[in-house]
Amino acid sequence: MGSPARTLSQKVWERHVVHRAHGEPDLLYVDLHLVHEVTSPQAFDGLRLAGRGVRRPDLTLATMDHNVPTDEHPPEDISARQIEAMAVNAREFGIRCFPVGDANQGIVHVISPQLGLTQPGMTIVCGDSHTSTHGALGALAWGIGTSEIEHVLATQTIAQAVPGSMAITVDGTLPSDCAAKDVILAIIARIGTSGGVGRIIEYRGSAIAALSIEGRMTVCNMSIEAGARAGMVAPDDTTFAWLEGRPFAPKARLWELALDDWRSLPTDEGARFENEVFIDARALRPYVTWGTNPAQSVTIDGAVPDPDGIGDEARREAARRALRYQDLRPGTPVREIAVDAVFIGSCTNARLEDLRAASEVVRGRRVRAGIRALVVPGSMRVKSDAEREGLDRVFREAGFEWRDAGCSMCLGMNPDVLHRGERCASTSNRNFEGRQGPGGRTHLVSPAVAAATAIAGHFALPSDLR
Amino acid sequence: MEPIRLVVGRALPLPRADVDTDQIIPSHWLKRLERTGYGAGLFEAWRRDPGFVLNDPRYRGASILLAGPNFGCGSSREHAVWALHDSGFRAVVSTRFADIFKSNALRNGLLTVELDDATVALLFDAVRADPAAEIAIDLERRTFEAPGVHARFAIDDYARTRLLEGLDDVGLTLRNETKIRAYETARPDWLPTVRR
Repeated sequence: MGSPARTLSQKVWERHVVHRAHGEPDLLYVDLHLVHEVTSPQAFDGLRLAGRGVRRPDLTLATMDHNVPTDEHPPEDISARQIEAMAVNAREFGIRCFPVGDANQGIVHVISPQLGLTQPGMTIVCGDSHTSTHGALGALAWGIGTSEIEHVLATQTIAQAVPGSMAITVDGTLPSDCAAKDVILAIIARIGTSGGVGRIIEYRGSAIAALSIEGRMTVCNMSIEAGARAGMVAPDDTTFAWLEGRPFAPKARLWELALDDWRSLPTDEGARFENEVFIDARALRPYVTWGTNPAQSVTIDGAVPDPDGIGDEARREAARRALRYQDLRPGTPVREIAVDAVFIGSCTNARLEDLRAASEVVRGRRVRAGIRALVVPGSMRVKSDAEREGLDRVFREAGFEWRDAGCSMCLGMNPDVLHRGERCASTSNRNFEGRQGPGGRTHLVSPAVAAATAIAGHFALPSDLR
Repeated sequence: MEPIRLVVGRALPLPRADVDTDQIIPSHWLKRLERTGYGAGLFEAWRRDPGFVLNDPRYRGASILLAGPNFGCGSSREHAVWALHDSGFRAVVSTRFADIFKSNALRNGLLTVELDDATVALLFDAVRADPAAEIAIDLERRTFEAPGVHARFAIDDYARTRLLEGLDDVGLTLRNETKIRAYETARPDWLPTVRR
């Protein structure tokens, strides 16, 4: 008799259970704890108050990303104080930190995979909801709050109730003008902002398998926008090829051992998911959000919807509010909506592949007059890699600002913010009211659509230009 | 964490769906290093509107937030819970909470009560009809009482016990120190460390 068929997430979960007792959540071991300056200071203070240390500094990595300047100006006093606190806490508790100015600094979810620290089968937590990004490599990764950060620092474990399971299968070949971003926006539009609550989503199917690791990261990254606890893709040859040779990837004999183990992780034939969704990749189009949550989107060929046509009362009311906030009229074709700013960045879409896609669109063209356009690489490594390919020149010559790494205009903590009433095409993950600055209006798009929009001045596909 | 057994008070109705943590506390408040002092940032943008329910004197002093579905979605910021707590809220009632928000709330003595659609709809009516309506949430008995509403709510035993006794999570976990150490010695060699 063989063991029962299990899913990828069940396998990763089971091998991390330290303690299990009836009526209690499982106590899971954490293989990697990522820390940044914004959600951690109160956790370190808690350790000090209780006279506790960090149990495994060797499994903890810190950087600075949310609150750092991305241009030559020094941070304002209150931000400088928080950046300094991260440096002091890392020093005091013996944690390795990549500070501003370090060649490895960058958005926490960009640097860990890039260094090869994110590996299949690991558990990874971070005080940031987009930790689900790491699931692209077959890791089980999720965001936690500050109290949980303190708990992980002190114990290297976390107490978690067993989540539900959900499979989202995307089959078929994506149209050539669609990107990973369009896949995840389509998924969120389908299952809604709470479709994944209490569940781990496994993304599968031929369209997911055909994505690069960067693309899979974009998909897994936005799992939280559907409310999911985590998102994962089974590790395969694409994963192994991507990992091999990275600084923290296993080497020689350990690489072979790891590879054997990783090949056992994918979901077994016959394993059951509590919930399954099927999406035909061939029918997808590039998406643009019109509202103030990531499920409120239409394809670029569409128009702003009429709330009166929405059956559910809560969703109808939410759509009315969103249109008021976004200053949009029902029936307006998406391509006729003009923007004031374009942001290419964030843990969703600021890896080298994203910058390449955007640069191809803007090469030899000019950003429409009056539009503020920013490229903020996801890490200083992405930045230097892009510069080696000359992408910085392409963006600069087109009229984009070329910045240092950080979260920047994704969440409006540093001075990169929208002004009240400004409209932005953004490659980030959240279009919440005021997310990019009080009164700012956000539309989520792929890097290629963001780039084409910067040139056209209104939402556009690369094929619309000229 | 202070033990919590009973929440008795008035409720503030906020029927919007998908209230995200950026609305509960905007990101510029996250530059602070402290764990308290977030009350003034609660719903900062929406409060600019004099008609917003938090500005309605009839609901002043409410200790229960009656919220729409998927409350607390978005960012993991625990500051959202701190802002509600600092503003005097001790419980939030909804049909559904975002996972990370719920987890953060229960670690800070902010009770999340999940009730079905029909019961929450009744509650909104009751609280709109009489802003002074008294609501009693009994965590020990898992009961919810409001004018015309008598409900029981589900909360897992573990979370309930921790709230009732105000237990320190780290202290609880460290009782399994031997198991943690045993787990650590058996971890595969290929797993990475961040050592220099």
